[in-house]
Amino acid sequence: MKQAISFKLNGKPVTVPVSGDESVLTVIRTYLDQTGTKFGCGLGECGSCTVIIDKEPVRSCMITAEDLSGKEVITIEGLSPGGTLHPLQKAFIAHDALQCGFCTPGMIMNAYGLLLKSPKINREEIIKGMDANLCRCGSYNRIVDAIESAAKEMNKN
Amino acid sequence: MRTDKEMDPFFGNTDKPVTYDRRKFLKNLGGGIVVVFCIGDLSMPELYGQNIPVEDLNFNAYLRVKENGRVDCYTGKIEMGQGVITSLAMVLAEELEISVYSVDMVMGDTELCPYDAGTWGSLTTRFTDPPLRAAAAEAREVLLGLAAERFGIPKDQLEVKEGIIYVKNDPTKKVSYAELTKGQKIVKSLEQKPEIKKAKDFKLIGKPVISLDAEAKVTGKAKYTGDIKLPGMVYASIVRPEALGSKKLEIDATKLINFEGAELIEQDDLVAVIHTDPEISKKAAGTIAVKWKEPEAKADQETIFKYLEENIKENKVFEEQGSIKEGRDLSDKLTEATYLDGYKAHASMETHCATCYFEGDKLIMWASTQSPFGTRKQVAEALNMPEEKVHVKQIFLGGGFGGKSFNSQAIEAAIIAKKCGKPVQLVFSRKEEFLYDRFRTAALVKVAAGVLKGKLTYWEFDIYSAGTRGTDNFYNIPHFRTRNFSQQGIHQLGTGAWRAPGNNTTTFARESHIDVMAHAAGIDPMTFRLNNLKNTDMIATLNLAAKTFGWGKTKKQGHGYGIALGQDAGTLVAIIAEVHVDKATGVVQPIRIVCAQDMGQVVNPHGAKLQTEGGITMGLGYALYEELDFKGADVKTNNFNNYEITRFSKTPPIECVFMDKMDAKPQGGGEPAIICVGGAIANAVFDACGARVYRMPVSPERILEALKKV
Repeated sequence: MKQAISFKLNGKPVTVPVSGDESVLTVIRTYLDQTGTKFGCGLGECGSCTVIIDKEPVRSCMITAEDLSGKEVITIEGLSPGGTLHPLQKAFIAHDALQCGFCTPGMIMNAYGLLLKSPKINREEIIKGMDANLCRCGSYNRIVDAIESAAKEMNKN
Repeated sequence: MRTDKEMDPFFGNTDKPVTYDRRKFLKNLGGGIVVVFCIGDLSMPELYGQNIPVEDLNFNAYLRVKENGRVDCYTGKIEMGQGVITSLAMVLAEELEISVYSVDMVMGDTELCPYDAGTWGSLTTRFTDPPLRAAAAEAREVLLGLAAERFGIPKDQLEVKEGIIYVKNDPTKKVSYAELTKGQKIVKSLEQKPEIKKAKDFKLIGKPVISLDAEAKVTGKAKYTGDIKLPGMVYASIVRPEALGSKKLEIDATKLINFEGAELIEQDDLVAVIHTDPEISKKAAGTIAVKWKEPEAKADQETIFKYLEENIKENKVFEEQGSIKEGRDLSDKLTEATYLDGYKAHASMETHCATCYFEGDKLIMWASTQSPFGTRKQVAEALNMPEEKVHVKQIFLGGGFGGKSFNSQAIEAAIIAKKCGKPVQLVFSRKEEFLYDRFRTAALVKVAAGVLKGKLTYWEFDIYSAGTRGTDNFYNIPHFRTRNFSQQGIHQLGTGAWRAPGNNTTTFARESHIDVMAHAAGIDPMTFRLNNLKNTDMIATLNLAAKTFGWGKTKKQGHGYGIALGQDAGTLVAIIAEVHVDKATGVVQPIRIVCAQDMGQVVNPHGAKLQTEGGITMGLGYALYEELDFKGADVKTNNFNNYEITRFSKTPPIECVFMDKMDAKPQGGGEPAIICVGGAIANAVFDACGARVYRMPVSPERILEALKKV
């Protein structure tokens, strides 16, 4: 039997019926049609499904819907309210830090989580903090450049 | 004499398209100015089956200047991250004198776009750019003709800027493409080569342009096959055996009753469950017990090389000169070695997906495929329907690297959709992705060679199962022979094209052994190569790499430098790598990589750099970590926790430089650089610690093992 749970998705309260043991990734992608978050491995090994829950970057394939109740979730769709791109998104474009784009939402959300915790992050810390996110096209160096420059931009304000 | 087919074992048998009525095809386009162009007429060689022989259908892509002044570019190619969505728009915009941002790319739609065999082989820029530029130039001439008529003056008194035609010396007289196109329906067939621009007149080509699809991808708006949700769609979960090619013996689906709404789909060895909730579908499929008959295992990851060597009987001489015996007798130093390379997975971040539905007797499909037309054919054949009843639509791909050339998931989704009568989505799990991958084949290369006073005298190169792509000899060797040992059906696992098929393996073997010869001759590897190369373009490319790297500077303790040269898809590559090796643990840390390429005209230097950096980064994976664990047809590797690919922390600074050849033809960009990574890393590891590793990946265990022999 499904039961309704309520949480905040990208700033808006949502209520959705769930069985409870489905992954947050399914809730977001399938039940709520926010498909920017991607399925890559189903084991928390690649980071394509990374979202922010209560200010922490998490692998949405590894946590279940029942843990979502009352939480605040941010996905890639929530980063550019009203169409204004987030500095990270702008920097990813400026550095062309992507190719196929499939890992990109997870990369940006993981970086967003890192910057929430440590706005003055340095290059080594970025590499360490991003190391569990995988990109097969090989955009790593550009992603680090993009995060570094976005951090600088955000610290200006 | 070798044939092109032999050069690439994977794309030799691309079939011809079905016949369509061209008039009907064009009628559906609506208004505007359409240019049809034929790749065959314009320097497209009869290669990879891309050329279409049916006279009336002899066109391969086209463009349309629409009534709003924007331009559609139709191509059967797809975008999987390699950036042709940007570079094709650039060349079109260049000749048509419009902004690159007013080009709309329509890619890989089997009803809108003319036939294309597939996006692979680094072919797009080489073979689609020239005719596309010609077509755009032709469209520009048509528009200039219309403007000349309107103003009653000759064409040569007109000029174009950003889609607006001006009368020279009278800026008040102007007309836009949009105005000229309104109410027109002109179809031009490109029969002769129009005048295309010279490099000195380029406004866009050669200038860096950021990927046109970047914004869609950073906002999550870019759609991939698994992002499509259709009304009433069900999610399919397939019950899989552990080993490829297993036959179903018994099935027990009695527990399915516990899942309301779950439906069993069975056809031959295909056992699937569908449900409107993907999680319930997966759970329900997990309760079905199938007894499989597995094929007998013939080899595993350790025994595969012996198995290949013993069982491949057939060979063909690929290239030969002089006499091996004579060369050997001449030599003052002789060496031989066997180089090994296991299966490698494509491991795209997006697994294989298909979403499809029937509209009457017609199947509409989105699939993560590098070959929409190939998928159409495969699906039509599997379901015994005419090809025109299958419509494969445009969609982004989350990586391909050759792995999405064949699409079993599309066939399975179509079968399930037909059986259940509902829209279906099938997304491979990571485990399915590994099991059904068409791997870069396991292979070995046996090399024997000799030198006399620092000059190569003879070279024997026997390739088992990797093919001969890129192996044309570019060293100056009087006596040599390259043989290709291959046999259909020798592999129990699926095999296919993996970014520069075969060339990663053979380049690793050749460049490792060139270093072995250099050391045997007592000459440093750079000088040895420069002394023994015959291709002057390759010498220039190596010199550019050496200059950029700063070859000759002193090394830090524990560091080593390694060179590798190679050729792929018309491009020459020279890579120099610096690594650090921890002699106690065998762990390699890449420090820096420099890559020089002679790739002819570089259309989008920025895009070319992205592709080169990407290839090198991906290549570090096969050089250092990637190894498939399997027994027979049972692929034990099933996720990224047991298949290590390159990560952030293992990616060194990468510097890419290109030879300046703006008036030359463009050559391949997506694949070439990756071929040199294995050899450069293996040579750098040897330089750092003296460990010569003959098998990829060059892992810590193998380095420690090799160090014992030093």
